Amino acid sequence: MSERLNVTKTYKLFIGGAFPRSESGRSLKVAAADGRVAAHLCRASRKDLRDAVEAARAAQEKWAAATAYLRAQVLYRLGEMMEGKKRELREAIDLGHGAEATGHRGIEAEVERAIDRVVHFAGWADKYPQALGCANPVAGPYHNFTVPEPVGVVGVVCPDGAPLLGLVSLVAPAVCAGNACVVLASERRPVAACVLAEAIATSDMPGGVVNILTGLREELVPHLASHRGIDAIHAAGVSDEHRRTLELGAAENLKRVRALRPEPDWFDDAACESPWWVEPFVEFKTVWHPSGT
Amino acid sequence: MTRQAASAPRRLDFATELTRWEYAAAPETTKVEIAPRYGHFIGGEFVGPIGGGGHFASVNPATEQPLCEVAQGSEADVDAAVRAARDALPAWAGLPGKERAKYIYRIARRIQERARELAVLETIDGGKPIRESRDVDIPLAAAHFFYHAGWADKLGFAFAGHEPKPVGVCGQIIPWNFPLLMAAWKLAPALACGNTCVLKPAETTPLTALRLAEICAEVGLPPGVVNVVTGDGRTGAAVVNHPGVDKIAFTGSTEVGKKIAAAVAGTGKRLTLELGGKSPNIIFEDASIDQAVEGIVEGIYFNQGHVCCAGSRLFVQESVLDEVVEKLRIRMASLRVGDPLDKNTDIGAINSMQQLATIRRYVEAGVAEGARLHEVNGHPLPDRGYWCRPSFFTGVQPSHVVAREEIFGPVLAVMSFRTPEEAITRANNTPYGLAAGVWTDKGSKIFEIARRLKAGVVWLNTYNKFDPASPFGGFKESGFGREGGLQGLRSYVQL
Repeated sequence: MSERLNVTKTYKLFIGGAFPRSESGRSLKVAAADGRVAAHLCRASRKDLRDAVEAARAAQEKWAAATAYLRAQVLYRLGEMMEGKKRELREAIDLGHGAEATGHRGIEAEVERAIDRVVHFAGWADKYPQALGCANPVAGPYHNFTVPEPVGVVGVVCPDGAPLLGLVSLVAPAVCAGNACVVLASERRPVAACVLAEAIATSDMPGGVVNILTGLREELVPHLASHRGIDAIHAAGVSDEHRRTLELGAAENLKRVRALRPEPDWFDDAACESPWWVEPFVEFKTVWHPSGT
Repeated sequence: MTRQAASAPRRLDFATELTRWEYAAAPETTKVEIAPRYGHFIGGEFVGPIGGGGHFASVNPATEQPLCEVAQGSEADVDAAVRAARDALPAWAGLPGKERAKYIYRIARRIQERARELAVLETIDGGKPIRESRDVDIPLAAAHFFYHAGWADKLGFAFAGHEPKPVGVCGQIIPWNFPLLMAAWKLAPALACGNTCVLKPAETTPLTALRLAEICAEVGLPPGVVNVVTGDGRTGAAVVNHPGVDKIAFTGSTEVGKKIAAAVAGTGKRLTLELGGKSPNIIFEDASIDQAVEGIVEGIYFNQGHVCCAGSRLFVQESVLDEVVEKLRIRMASLRVGDPLDKNTDIGAINSMQQLATIRRYVEAGVAEGARLHEVNGHPLPDRGYWCRPSFFTGVQPSHVVAREEIFGPVLAVMSFRTPEEAITRANNTPYGLAAGVWTDKGSKIFEIARRLKAGVVWLNTYNKFDPASPFGGFKESGFGREGGLQGLRSYVQL
């Protein structure tokens, strides 16, 4: 009996809830630790990025209009799906140089922390307006209050350091508030993002709320920076040059930019879990109304 | 407020009757001393400019007479100011919040005590009616310092779970439309959070900021905590580009705001921008129409329309369009344009000759594109000075330049709509997102419209109200960051 040949997978992009190949037809190789080709994945193009922004735009308003209770439950459901895919997520991080990337804490710890972080921000969906908004005691007969609202479409550039935990930590705060994301996965360690996309696709998250692209930063960061359909940028672990590119592009339509430097310790809950991670991706709206008879 | 019966109100023809009403002149009589020449305020004292910037005149736009000379800040001046702010930072940031608060409270008190003088100075330097500088600008400036003073020792409660630290040296560039008030919006939260500041007032309106500097010295504020460098855009650029500045706060045009954002890209400087607007003011058929007409006037003719959040796009539901336009015509005819020092004046002088030219260009463009200009106010204008009668356009298409671009003058674009859905879509169809107004007596409708408008400040059945406890700032290309209120503190702390 001959040895069974494994069916190897080509990971695809995740756009609008579907898994298309790159329109460019290009792919990238992922090398295993021993140097063999472990998997293939898509190398996204500028056109793929545009498609992802369009999908995000189309999904965002409805996602923002969903009740906070529903958004919380959908994110919690994602946590449940990730829990069921723990083994696959571990292997995805491991594919290549995972242990090196995640450091002494290990891959197992990264997966578990990523799930817990999703659950943490699931809980913020129906609380962040209370933590960040308020009623204002103005000097006059007016009812005045300030509410945070999602900024819209957020472009996310993920770090290589903790390819799953970093991604989740950047995306979850934006998504819980009602934003949609276009995510550029870790360039060196992209496979975990592809497996996460499968978890998202099988959770209850509407298509287009999270879109994940794999590819080269050098190619995609400038387009992400200058795309007018993107309202904000959340990035970590990018070079000084890419950070400048992001901020320069952002200046064209005044995107809100949060580029973390240095990259935080993703395992530090106190540093990575608070409404101040949501705050950069909301707009504060202040409403006045006369009060009288 | 009483609601007027819809049927047959008594028609007053103000346009003709008013011209027969003689108002006794009621000019503000408070005397204000102005030095012939001012330097910069750096390190706690007024110093002459270095680096060869020289001086230029600050002009009273109502008389075209020069008031005094102020210094044109050079890079060397800005550098000296940033150094002074840097030197003052450790001690100021290290001061217990309670002590910082007391200095800021003192500033608030001195502004209140010198309110008359500041109001007159604001009016002669910038052209705004004394009624507005006296009743709005100066009291609000004092209130901003008073409100923020109290935050200085409570910041830990504003940012639960954190011990907020100051950002450092703040470079703050402000516009000419609310000179002292904008200085207060910038300085008060920065100081409360333990930062030190380099303030660059607008070139046409530096005098009240310099007077505020004097107050800072008067109350014993440690030297270098607040520095004021006067000058034009070149001075502002020097502040933005100075490597010793940790944070830039700018209020002004979207065009300049984008340039500043590009200039600070990659530098690690923090940035907040409060930029332009083309704010919609939406009148529904079930609104209290007389109140709404007051709101339109308040929205667009306040401060000669030199207001970033001016309600410059009026959307009126089709069924009440004629009624609103007619009442607006009547109301506008009674506005008094002229001497800003006269307490009866509603509309003062345009801030500068340059701005007057800009407004005129827009009015001409509106006429050229086919909109109908209504200039119903026939009030006689003074012989000298920069004046612009309030006006509005009807027959405006969304593509017209007067419906899209910020005019920053007393010019309103009137459009109509049929359904709430159409009103929301058209109101949001702009790169700006600073403010919006909605007028209807139906509660459920007004809050749903408010929710769906993309604007940082939404005035429901009111317009152009401001308060230090109420955050102000825009969505989209109207900038980012908030000023005032709890949310306004965020730009001035590190968590």
